[in-house]
Amino acid sequence: MPLYHDDDQAMLAETATQFMGEQGAISKQLRHWRDRDCKDGFGHDLWKQFAEMGFTGMLLDEEDGGLGMGHVEAGIVLEQIGRNLTPSPFLASSVLAATALKHGSNDMRGRWLPGLVEGESVYSIAVDEGPKHRPERISTKAEKSGNGFRLSGQKDFVLHGASSDMLVVAARTSGNDTDEDGITLFAVPRDANGMSHDAVRLVDSSMATHTKFDGVELDGDAVIGEVDGGRAILDAMLKAGRVGAAAEGVGVASGAMDMTVDYLKQRKQFGRLIGEFQALQHRAAHLYSEIEIARAVTVKAAQLLDGDSEKAELMTSVAKAKVAKTAGLAVREGVQMHGGIGMTDEYDIGLYMKRDRALQEFLGDQYYHAGRVAELSGY
Amino acid sequence: MSDLDTFRAETRKWLEANCPQEMRQPVRDEGDVYWGGRNASFKNDAQKQWFETCRDKGYTVPEWPKEYGGAGLSAAEGKVLRQEMARINARPPLSSFGIWMLGPALLHFGTEGQKKKFLTEIANGEIRWCQGYSEPGSGSDLVSMQTFGEDKGDHWIVNGQKIWTSYADEADWIFCLVRTDKENKYQGITFMLFDMASQGVSTKPIKLISGNSPFCETFMDDVKVPKSYGEDIPGYVGEINRGWDVAKYLLGHEREMISATGGGDRATSLGAATSRQGELDPVLRAEMAMFDVDALSYTAMSEKFMDELKVGKGHPAQPNMMKYAGTELNKRRHELIMAAGGSTALEWDSEATEGGKPSRGWLRTKANSIEGGTSEVMLNVISKRILELPGG
Repeated sequence: MPLYHDDDQAMLAETATQFMGEQGAISKQLRHWRDRDCKDGFGHDLWKQFAEMGFTGMLLDEEDGGLGMGHVEAGIVLEQIGRNLTPSPFLASSVLAATALKHGSNDMRGRWLPGLVEGESVYSIAVDEGPKHRPERISTKAEKSGNGFRLSGQKDFVLHGASSDMLVVAARTSGNDTDEDGITLFAVPRDANGMSHDAVRLVDSSMATHTKFDGVELDGDAVIGEVDGGRAILDAMLKAGRVGAAAEGVGVASGAMDMTVDYLKQRKQFGRLIGEFQALQHRAAHLYSEIEIARAVTVKAAQLLDGDSEKAELMTSVAKAKVAKTAGLAVREGVQMHGGIGMTDEYDIGLYMKRDRALQEFLGDQYYHAGRVAELSGY
Repeated sequence: MSDLDTFRAETRKWLEANCPQEMRQPVRDEGDVYWGGRNASFKNDAQKQWFETCRDKGYTVPEWPKEYGGAGLSAAEGKVLRQEMARINARPPLSSFGIWMLGPALLHFGTEGQKKKFLTEIANGEIRWCQGYSEPGSGSDLVSMQTFGEDKGDHWIVNGQKIWTSYADEADWIFCLVRTDKENKYQGITFMLFDMASQGVSTKPIKLISGNSPFCETFMDDVKVPKSYGEDIPGYVGEINRGWDVAKYLLGHEREMISATGGGDRATSLGAATSRQGELDPVLRAEMAMFDVDALSYTAMSEKFMDELKVGKGHPAQPNMMKYAGTELNKRRHELIMAAGGSTALEWDSEATEGGKPSRGWLRTKANSIEGGTSEVMLNVISKRILELPGG
C-alpha cells in the first residue's frame, strides 16, 4: 500500500481541511471557549457537527452505525484537528473509547455507540494513575461484589472527565500492580455512585479530571470483553490512541511551521525580511524535513495498525516518539522565530506550544515511547 | 496471473539457474565489485560468468532500451528484477558511473549516434567512465569552475584541474565540465567527453582521513578534445555552452539516487545490533533508542518518497530533503557505533576489526553530508524551493 493518500483519502482530507479550517478555527473554538472559561473545554455544537460530517463514528463498523474506516482516515481528521487546535472529544471518544467499545457485547455497543455516532454523548478513558503514563502498572481495583464489581482507586489525566457520559476504566481484577494479566476494562456511566471528579484546567485550556472511585458498584454488564482479559483490549485502545495522537501532533507541528514560515516572509528587521537570513532559513528547512518524516512514519504506523500487522506496536511507538520530538521542535522554533510577539497571548503561535505540551504527555511522551522502541527491539 | 507475476516467476527461475552461488553474498570489499573497462580483471570465474550472462541478457542495464545493450524492461519490471535479485542477495553484475550518471544524461540529452556508441560500451562493460565536476576552488559553488577549453575549430584545448574524480586513475573516459565561455557564468560551460589516455591527462590519488580512497585529482595540461567522434557523435552532451543544464539534471539524479539508497535507511535496530556486543551504558542506550526512532521514521519516509517518485507525486526538490536527512542520520549512526564499540572500534588495521572497519567507516561517513551537495546547500534548496523563503 503506498504511503500517500489514495483518491478517497485525498477527498476526505480536503473535506476535513475545509471543515476544520472554518468550523474548528482557533478564534471560533479554542479562544472562544477558553475566554468564556468553559467547563467542558470544547463546544457541544461542534461535536454535533462532527457527527453530521460522519467523523464521530468513523472507526466503528457499519452495523454499529459507523463508517468502517481505519486509522489512516482517523489520522486525516486528527491532523486537521491538530492544525487548527480544535478542542473536541474526538480522540478520547471516537478513537480511544470507540476502540474499546468495539470489543463490547451487543448490548453494550447498543447502549453506548448510538449516542457517540449522533454526537449526543461524550466518552473518555481513565487509564493513567499518577502524573506519567505507565499503563503497565495498574492499581485501581475492581473486586467481586455480588453479581458485579466494586471499583476503588484514583485515575488521573482523564480528558474532559467531568463532561463525559461514560468512562472506560482500566482496573485490576486479579494479581499484582505490575502484572500483565488480571486487568479488566469497565464502562462506567456518569451517574455511578461513588465516582467523583476533581476537574482541572490544563495548560492548553483543555479540561481533565482526577477521578476517584470510592467503592463504585458496577453490574457485571459494565465489563468490556472478558474479566481479567482486558490487557489486549487496553493495548488495542492505546495503539489506536497513540497513532491518533501522533497524527494530531503532525497537524500541530505543521500548523506551527506554516504560521512561522509565513511570519518569516512578512516580518522586516534591519531593512530586510527576516526570512532572508540564512540562520533562520536553515532552521526552517530542518524543521520541514523533520515534519515530513514524522508525517510519513505516522501514516506508516496507521497503515500497519489497519493491516493488523505485528509491527504495528513498534511503529506506533516510533511514530508517537518521532512526532513528539518534531512537534516540540516546531513549537519552540515557532515561538523563537516570532520573537517578542510570539510571547503574547494575542498571537496564536503560543497556543500551539501549549497544545503540543499537553499532547506530548498524552498516552506517553517521547521518552516513554523511545524506551518502548528499545524494549520491543530487544535491548 | 498478471504479466508482472509471470515476469516475476520467470525472473526467479532465471536467477536460480544463472546466478552463481558465490555471487549471492553481500559485497564485502572493493574486489567484489566489477567495474568493467579496458583494464578490468575478474576476481574469479563466478564474477566473470555472472557478468557475461547478465550482459548477454541486457541485465547490466535492464531498463535501458535493447538497441543500446539494455533489456528494455519497464519501470515495474525493473523493480521486480531488483526485488528478486535482492531476495537472493545477488550482487550487481556491473557497477559504473557510466550506468549511474552518464547513461541517464545521454538517454535524456544524447544524440542517437552517442547513444549507440557510448551506451552500448557502458552496457557491455567495455568502457569505464569517471566524472569531472568539482575543482579545488569550486566545491559547493560548482558553477564558478575555471577549467577552460580554448576553441580551436574542430577541437578544444583544455587546461585545468578537477578534484574528487572517483576512480580517475582506473577510468577509461571522463565526462567533464569545461568552461568554454568566460563571460557567461551559467551558459558558458560544456559537458565534454574524452579519453583519459589523451595526451596531457594525469591523475593523483587522494588519501582521506579514513585512509585510501577512490578519489583522485585530475590534471589537464593542453588536452586536445575533439568536437566530434564521428557522424552524429559529438564530443559533448547537449549543446556547446549549455553543459550546466546537463550537470544540473545529473545532480538531481545523483541526489535522488543517494536519497533512494539512503545512507541512514535501514530497517534494523542499531540498538539491538550494538547491544549484542555488550551491555550499553544507560545514557548510550537512551541515545540509541532516540536514534532508532529517527532511523525507523526515516525508513518510512524513504518508502513514501519512492512511492511518490513512481507516480510523479511529491515536490521536485524533495530529493534534497532526503539527502540531507539521510546523510545526517548516517553520520549519527556511525558516531553511535563508535561509542558502543569502545576501544575495539579504535583499532585501525587489526584483524578483529577487518582492517579498522568501524573507525574508517565512521570517518568516511563525514563525507556523506559534503559529497553530492553539502547539507548546507540542501537546506538552502529546501528553504528557497520548497518553503519559498525570500532572498538570493
